[in-house]
Amino acid sequence: MSTRPISNTRSVTGIPSARLITWWVIASEIVIFGGLLATYVMHNLGHPEWRAAAMHTNTWLGALNTFVLLTSSLSAVLAFKAADTLDGAKAAKFLRLTALGGTIFLVIKGIEWTREIHEGFVLSSGGFWSFYYVLTGLHGLHVLAGMIILLVVAADAAKNRELQRVECIGLYWHFVDIVWIFLFPLLYIAR
Amino acid sequence: MSTQVPHAEQGIFQKYFWSTDHKIIAMQYLFTGMAMGLIGGYLAYVFRMQLAFPGHSVPGFGIVTPGEYNTVVTMHGSIMIFWVAMPVLIAAFGNFLIPLMIGCDDMAFPRINRLSYQIFLLSAVVLVASFLVKGGAFGGAWTSYPPLSASGAYNLTPLGASLWLVAVALEFVAFLLGGVNFIVTAMNSRAPGMTMYDIPMVVWMIVLASIMFMASVGPLIAGAVMLLFDQTLKTGFYDPARGGDPLLWQHLFWFFGHPEVYVVLLPAIGIVAELLTVFARKKLFGYKTILYTTWATVIISFLVWAHHQFVAGIDPRMANIFSVTTLLVSVPITEMVFLYIATLYGGSIRFHTPMLWAVAFVAEFMIGGVTGIFLGASGTDIYLHDTYFVIAHFHYTFVPIAIFSVFGGLTYWYPKMFGRMLNDTLGKVHFWGTAIPFNLIFIPLFITGAAGDQRRTYNYALFAEQSRPVLQHLRMFATFGLLVMLLFQLVFLFNFFWSLRHGRRAEANPWMANTLEWTVPSPPPHGNFAKLPTVYRGPYEYGVPGRIDDYWPQDVPN
Repeated sequence: MSTRPISNTRSVTGIPSARLITWWVIASEIVIFGGLLATYVMHNLGHPEWRAAAMHTNTWLGALNTFVLLTSSLSAVLAFKAADTLDGAKAAKFLRLTALGGTIFLVIKGIEWTREIHEGFVLSSGGFWSFYYVLTGLHGLHVLAGMIILLVVAADAAKNRELQRVECIGLYWHFVDIVWIFLFPLLYIAR
Repeated sequence: MSTQVPHAEQGIFQKYFWSTDHKIIAMQYLFTGMAMGLIGGYLAYVFRMQLAFPGHSVPGFGIVTPGEYNTVVTMHGSIMIFWVAMPVLIAAFGNFLIPLMIGCDDMAFPRINRLSYQIFLLSAVVLVASFLVKGGAFGGAWTSYPPLSASGAYNLTPLGASLWLVAVALEFVAFLLGGVNFIVTAMNSRAPGMTMYDIPMVVWMIVLASIMFMASVGPLIAGAVMLLFDQTLKTGFYDPARGGDPLLWQHLFWFFGHPEVYVVLLPAIGIVAELLTVFARKKLFGYKTILYTTWATVIISFLVWAHHQFVAGIDPRMANIFSVTTLLVSVPITEMVFLYIATLYGGSIRFHTPMLWAVAFVAEFMIGGVTGIFLGASGTDIYLHDTYFVIAHFHYTFVPIAIFSVFGGLTYWYPKMFGRMLNDTLGKVHFWGTAIPFNLIFIPLFITGAAGDQRRTYNYALFAEQSRPVLQHLRMFATFGLLVMLLFQLVFLFNFFWSLRHGRRAEANPWMANTLEWTVPSPPPHGNFAKLPTVYRGPYEYGVPGRIDDYWPQDVPN
């Protein structure tokens, strides 16, 4: 680790810089997903025939994934709680548990995609499917990125280093979770 | 408390290409932006020559084919906005100035900062490389409207179109990373004593521009991925035959594209605020009012985007609403211009080169603003849309922003950046050699545009209703203006590189300015401040009655 510049350690607002920049990153992500979701909703209203396509998504697997992701957010909170008491080893354990939740989510998502592709619904199978794959794909990439960061932060936390990062990755993970809370009803329930 | 890290010996690569020092990163952005600017200027030369002398071989390029013409105009626009204005105005000045002006040693997150430049460099490489692929670089206009941009069969540059999208998306990512860093640094890393209203205006403006960029670009990033899929994976997001909507792209593009105008405008008016106060030796008139009008501009600018789409078939009632919001956004900007003029009033004005640029910025930008009123009102816009009137209006706003304010800022901060003074006489020659030809280029284009010349036309003689041979001398006149303007840039380049070695050595504060960057040696050492400063007052205390000095640096105790 290089030495930190003074600018990194100052906190005029009272909010640590690491947490502050995480919030700004989340803000920029909200605009990305927000624009895409708004576009999808507007188009969905103009295309009643998309409802028929939406019938083919598997609500049960989607619901199961919602449960998995929400549970993984719980372990992210427990990791933050452990880091708050400076228990790095425990925080690392919970972070890895969170990453495991992400893995299960992606496996289930992969099973869904495989079934849909076998039924002949691919990216270019019409408006609903294009949006479906782009939205779930973009979200899946965020889950994947989050898992990588979780594991990196966990490796440091296990040695009681950079514990402030546990909170930051937790915030990000909750955000990814909340995006799914929007995607699930829009893609699986609203038919 | 000293921040000067003992100087570890670094290799050239480590020092200039892998540095996390904000000043080095600023230089990387500056020189990359300048190199791209040369490419953009060359492209302008090529298509202006084609328009003045259609069908003749252009020296240094050759015969311009219709496809090449499309590529050249597309890339001129894309490069000048995304790879010149953005990196120089926001990234180069932002990186150099923010830590120095708020009195700290670096950005809050130096490695994110380095990553931001590396992604930006990658985007520039992808863009330049796209000139070399089969079919050439993208030729579907810098706005990239589908279905033209979505199908290689229409734009004739299938590979170039996809590479253009990849390059633009990478560039956005780079500026998002840079932007969050700027915002957090300015919020959290200010020197003790520096309140919100002691922050120099240019820092405020760069931070507000970063927030604005962040709030507007997201939907377009998603939209760019969708367009890329339309091009390469046969989706139909923008294809009406397959349930898509080409207007969707226009909404996503302009929801970003119009705020983008202000994203580059804000740093420019921030730079100009610094120059006007220093060279008029006067307090900035209405600091808080300027700040509030800027906030108003930021908010209203998110509500004007559809004025680019008056002829695209949007609901006329919607066009009325967007006409009103568009005319409204000129109110805070106008107020800002008045405040700048009020700053000049009664000052002891010194016309050094930077001041010439600053004053010219205000004057020329006003012409750009006033002609915008014709375009913001949907009635007149329907006639003027896509004519050279739009081009001329746009350049009367953008050239002051991306050229005048940048030269003003460069000539002003050059001593701080490189430790030497520029030659002021050459600077003035360069100023007049740029400012006069600039008007000679675009005043004729207002006239040809009002007469009906459509933009993006390869050769007017090929279209009976567009031919208007009587306008050809004006088209040629504009081209001659451009040639003169480009030639005078050699004066700047000479001055810039000659002064690096032979300029007079600059002391710490050659302009007798107040802001913190002038309290450290020129150029600032690694770590910037030998002793981190404390701030006692605002940045514009010039000519305070009762003081012997006419300036009062921010870090001097009472």
